[in-house]
Amino acid sequence: MSIELDHVSKRFGDFAAVDDVCLEVATGELVALLGPSGSGKTTLLRIVAGLETPDSGSVRFHGEDATDRHARERQVGFVFQHYALFGHMTIFENIAFGLRVRPRAQRLRETEIRERVGKLLDLIQLDWIAERYPHQLSGGQRQRIALARALAVEPRVLLLDEPFGALDARVRQELRRWLRRLHDEVHVTSVFVTHDQEEALEVADRIVVTNRGRIEQIGTPDEVYDDPATPFVIEFLGQVNALPIPGVPEAVGYVRPHEIEVLRESVASAFPARLAQSATIGRLARLEFTLEQDRRSVNVELARDDARALALERGDLAFLRPLHLRRFEAS
Amino acid sequence: MDAASIGSAAFDPRHRKAAPRSLDARVSTVPGVATEPRFVRSLLIGVALAFLMLFLFAPLAFVLVQALRKGVDVYLAAIVEPDAVSALKLTLLVAGIAVPLNLVFGVAAAWTIAKFDFPGRNGLVTLIDLPFSVSPVVSGLIFVLVFGLQGWFGGYLREHDLKVIFAVPGIVLATVFVTFPFVARELIPLMQAQGTEQEEAATVLGASGWQTFFRVTLPNIKWGLLYGVILCNARAMGEFGAVSVVSGHIRGATNTLPLHVEILYNEYQFSAAFAVASLLALLALVTLALKLAVERRTRAHCRLATDRADTAAAAR
Repeated sequence: MSIELDHVSKRFGDFAAVDDVCLEVATGELVALLGPSGSGKTTLLRIVAGLETPDSGSVRFHGEDATDRHARERQVGFVFQHYALFGHMTIFENIAFGLRVRPRAQRLRETEIRERVGKLLDLIQLDWIAERYPHQLSGGQRQRIALARALAVEPRVLLLDEPFGALDARVRQELRRWLRRLHDEVHVTSVFVTHDQEEALEVADRIVVTNRGRIEQIGTPDEVYDDPATPFVIEFLGQVNALPIPGVPEAVGYVRPHEIEVLRESVASAFPARLAQSATIGRLARLEFTLEQDRRSVNVELARDDARALALERGDLAFLRPLHLRRFEAS
Repeated sequence: MDAASIGSAAFDPRHRKAAPRSLDARVSTVPGVATEPRFVRSLLIGVALAFLMLFLFAPLAFVLVQALRKGVDVYLAAIVEPDAVSALKLTLLVAGIAVPLNLVFGVAAAWTIAKFDFPGRNGLVTLIDLPFSVSPVVSGLIFVLVFGLQGWFGGYLREHDLKVIFAVPGIVLATVFVTFPFVARELIPLMQAQGTEQEEAATVLGASGWQTFFRVTLPNIKWGLLYGVILCNARAMGEFGAVSVVSGHIRGATNTLPLHVEILYNEYQFSAAFAVASLLALLALVTLALKLAVERRTRAHCRLATDRADTAAAAR
């Protein structure tokens, strides 16, 4: 089931949460909406789910207009950041909820419900937990239950709002790999919201970078990382240094810390800089230089051995040569 | 001091020994989290207990003693006397109407305020608090002004031979008004704290509005709701001021228990007055017991859930 958003806008008072957004998500795709908080990504997701009504524009599922369709009739699965499990129901009943509230004519028989919930519990590898209550589970387990509950109604589209946002770093890593595998297994069209660029890069087929209610760029993880369309995208996706471009004062060049060569001898197009700080983290050495030209600081990442071979002391002069400078005109 | 001497000081056996001892000392003088000296704690507890004795237990005991002063026969006679029975029936009738009404109103108002954002929401919250901020006598007078013979609807009511003021409908109206905030006030903060995520989750899963309410919202608020209902009921049975203004004090017809107590007292029938008052006190005690039971039930509910799941897990 594909999703098409056509010139969708939504304002809250004076604040334009979503500003004229057009987006297509193909059937079976796993798309990440990536942006800082307040960039409108959650509002966009809620508009797709029918939990918010857009001020203008339309939402289509597989070409069919769903803008005015009630959230209950959209057949979407929604996973909330804070799980939103029903605290007074067992895990089994939580997952079965969507099946039990169906109109009588479409309701499954009890044995069928049991079977389907059992399958889902197997899928999320928590089949031993059915009779427990949500408050007895860990955050990671709860989020998997929330996902199973959303999948129980066989949604045409799965929407996840910061699904790992409330979890600690280790569980988050584990769960996002698991989500990727799960998606490869069930293959339901999925959109998930995140502000964690690493998460988006690792999990998604395509990334939609949002900023101030607008889309900055849409592309595969490699595309948005290697060919960022705007300064915002390059700054948001990982660490980056802004360098002046000699002779062109109105332009800025962006270079990532690992795309800089550090030399002891001056060469053309290298920036003279002094080492301000250095630290070794595992295989990597992180060096912070201060540019001689205008005292701005530049971060460089080198392999540990390369950094050692340079034998730089704090305050030493070196020459930084960007290997891959992305140039943007300053607005 | 250089690094070496700091190191040696840390490993000095005297220091090592001193540390645990000071820890022991702290534990023995400071049980729990209170850090105030013993006499301050005793004083605070003493003052609180003395206050409770003076203003709660003593009057309650006094009511019972006074009621039984002329013997059990007089006590029972005062209670089974027809006017007292009629007052009791009226009180139960009024509470029986007012409490269910306010249960529905309160849930509806709390639901509206907590789950939706609309203009005038704060105004509605203030309006719900109105009965708390207005003197009950004034609330009673409002109904006299609206439904009384000289009131707005006075002419209409007389033409259709309907009696509101100095009749049961007026008493019910005044009681509903005075007890309106209890359920809503109890539920609004609870529902606001719970947010709307669970309702949204239910909606997306395909539940209708009623299904969401009965399967998700109501189970989440049921204990708070029961608590509000208990308080509402206590006030409905005990309300004096507002009811006094609209009732007309017609014996055997429009007297509720509190009004009956006042009449008896004014007629110097002290034993009878206290006997009937002891009925009200009894209602208060029943209310307290119910409230306690509700609180205990809430805790037991959580524990039961834990136990059940644990045994289920252990069985596997």
